[in-house]
Amino acid sequence: MSAPATRAGYNFAYLDEQTKGMIRRALLKAVAIPGYQVPFGGREMPMPYGWGTGGMQVSAAIIGRDDCLKVIDQGADDTTNAVSIRAFFRDLTGVATTERTEQATLIQTRHRIPETPLHEDQILVYQVPIPEPLRFIEPSEVETRKMHALEDYGVMHIKLYEDIAQFGHIATSYAYPVRVNGRYVMDPSPIPKFDNPKMDHSPALQLFGAGREKRIYAVPPYTEVRSLDFADHPFEVQRWDQCCAICGATDSFLDEVILDDQGGHTFICSDTDYCRTRLARQEEKA
Amino acid sequence: MYVAVKGGERAIAAAHTLLAKRRRGAPETPEIGVAQIDQQLALAVDRVMTEGSVYDRELAALAIKQAAGDLVEAIFLLRAYRTTLPRFTSSEPIDTTHMHIERRISATYKDLPGGQVLGPTFDYTHRLLDFSLLAEGEPAAPAPPSETVDTAPAASQPPPTPRVLELLEREGLMIGEHDRGDEPTDITQDPPTYPCDRSARLQALVRGDEGFLLALGYSTQRGYGRNHPFAGEIRIGEVEVEIVPEELGFPITIGTLQVTECETVNGFTRHDDGEVRFTRGYGLGLGQCERKAMAMALVDRALQAEDHGETAVSPAQQEEFVLSHCDNVEAAGFVSHLKLPHYVDFQSELELLRRIRAAADSAGEEDPA
Repeated sequence: MSAPATRAGYNFAYLDEQTKGMIRRALLKAVAIPGYQVPFGGREMPMPYGWGTGGMQVSAAIIGRDDCLKVIDQGADDTTNAVSIRAFFRDLTGVATTERTEQATLIQTRHRIPETPLHEDQILVYQVPIPEPLRFIEPSEVETRKMHALEDYGVMHIKLYEDIAQFGHIATSYAYPVRVNGRYVMDPSPIPKFDNPKMDHSPALQLFGAGREKRIYAVPPYTEVRSLDFADHPFEVQRWDQCCAICGATDSFLDEVILDDQGGHTFICSDTDYCRTRLARQEEKA
Repeated sequence: MYVAVKGGERAIAAAHTLLAKRRRGAPETPEIGVAQIDQQLALAVDRVMTEGSVYDRELAALAIKQAAGDLVEAIFLLRAYRTTLPRFTSSEPIDTTHMHIERRISATYKDLPGGQVLGPTFDYTHRLLDFSLLAEGEPAAPAPPSETVDTAPAASQPPPTPRVLELLEREGLMIGEHDRGDEPTDITQDPPTYPCDRSARLQALVRGDEGFLLALGYSTQRGYGRNHPFAGEIRIGEVEVEIVPEELGFPITIGTLQVTECETVNGFTRHDDGEVRFTRGYGLGLGQCERKAMAMALVDRALQAEDHGETAVSPAQQEEFVLSHCDNVEAAGFVSHLKLPHYVDFQSELELLRRIRAAADSAGEEDPA
């Protein structure tokens, strides 16, 4: 078997094997305790912190030569950072890459879950900026770890309640907190709450890496993921009056595109692969 | 159809080409060499080595060249290289008492065993721009000093130069530092947990941003966590690095490091045994980095607040705040990530804001005043 060409002087997928082993041990623990933030010896990566170093370390630890990698940012394969991360792994692993959601075995994402439902043989790796869902209520890590240990999540419900009292709505539209497997409150990373329902009982393994904060957590396949809410204010997702201006989808997350300086705007799918696939199918039929 | 502007591989490649061109500057000026940076911008190299956590002048100089002089970017480059290096062994602790002294001053004693050695310092220079440096070629050599100064380190280990704080410790006036013999923490291998162990704290401070630590140290002098510091001793020089190979069982010297060490004498407190003693702060960095070492010592002392029965109310005294924000590679990364697209999150906020406003409008219509 001929190994794919990778950059000279570097190990397959950049990290050394000891580091990969350390990350895999943290991943196993994370999978065993769904939603629990496992501290890990996060390494410096050749990309800046906040640009996906956690997700990249997780991907580097699990990627194999037979994997097919897809990288998205804001749902799109062609945003600059997605291009850059995909190029990094192509350069340092030589594995195949794709933009097609259903072809990928490993998907690294920032801020979205693909619209196309994932299946059992896929792993979704999230880039996480702030893994601690309680951080904006309690800045101290010492305190928040204690709160998780004691399942003391009252403050989170108070925050949501205060939103309703003030705005009539829960004023969190992305990074909307979830409860995993009936135990840990978890930050789903800054995905729009539109994507939250896709996490629930997903057949795919979901892994979360926070590089700067040095935490890994996971949602194993077919695990309950509930978005926090109240009986009289049930969780709901974003809706648009418009459909996608390119493919006509009414069920996808839409990005607003400004057309002029007169307030003219239109909406298009944030998931570029979903949009392209729909368009191709329509052209086939026509 | 309007096509959303999104970056592609070609745009990135073109931006990198432009960056390389800008870094090189006007082609008619001679290109700067890594050796020139090492020799003539030596203090920049020292800062990059300290905060980049790699003692290698050539690599640090290369990073500065590649980063076009942006030192935080250079530190980042060096850290990203460091992360790929295998670890062979841990060295023995360096012994700064046996330093080849290049500079050594104490602000607490006029004279002391080993003497005061001013060494190369900006202290006492007049900060007047020297226009003679504008001229091409070498400026006129200064008059040779009346005595020749031996700058080359001697081949053998120099005689020990006793440390000021050790002298005070021997008199029982200074709180002691004790080696508990524990394996020191390595925050580059294991994530920090709070409260931190002292070794993790000192490691984070050495790697911490000089500007951030300087401001925090300064804030303690202005009343936010006052700790009454004296510069007990600052010393700069080469120290030997020893390892004990398993197959030999005794230490051998593998090289030398130039380090800057600062120990502060701080306000006294009554200790557990009922005695009153001075407290202390410790700062260390690679190369010549006096400002950093002093700032680090001030912050190290401030972070001992709770050990000395002080209430930790000021920023410099709060370990989790200081240590989790002092790393400039982490900080610069997370601040700069705001440049990445946030279309999806912003769209979610837009949609919510519009819905709240729409709900308020329709409520207003139903309920005429």
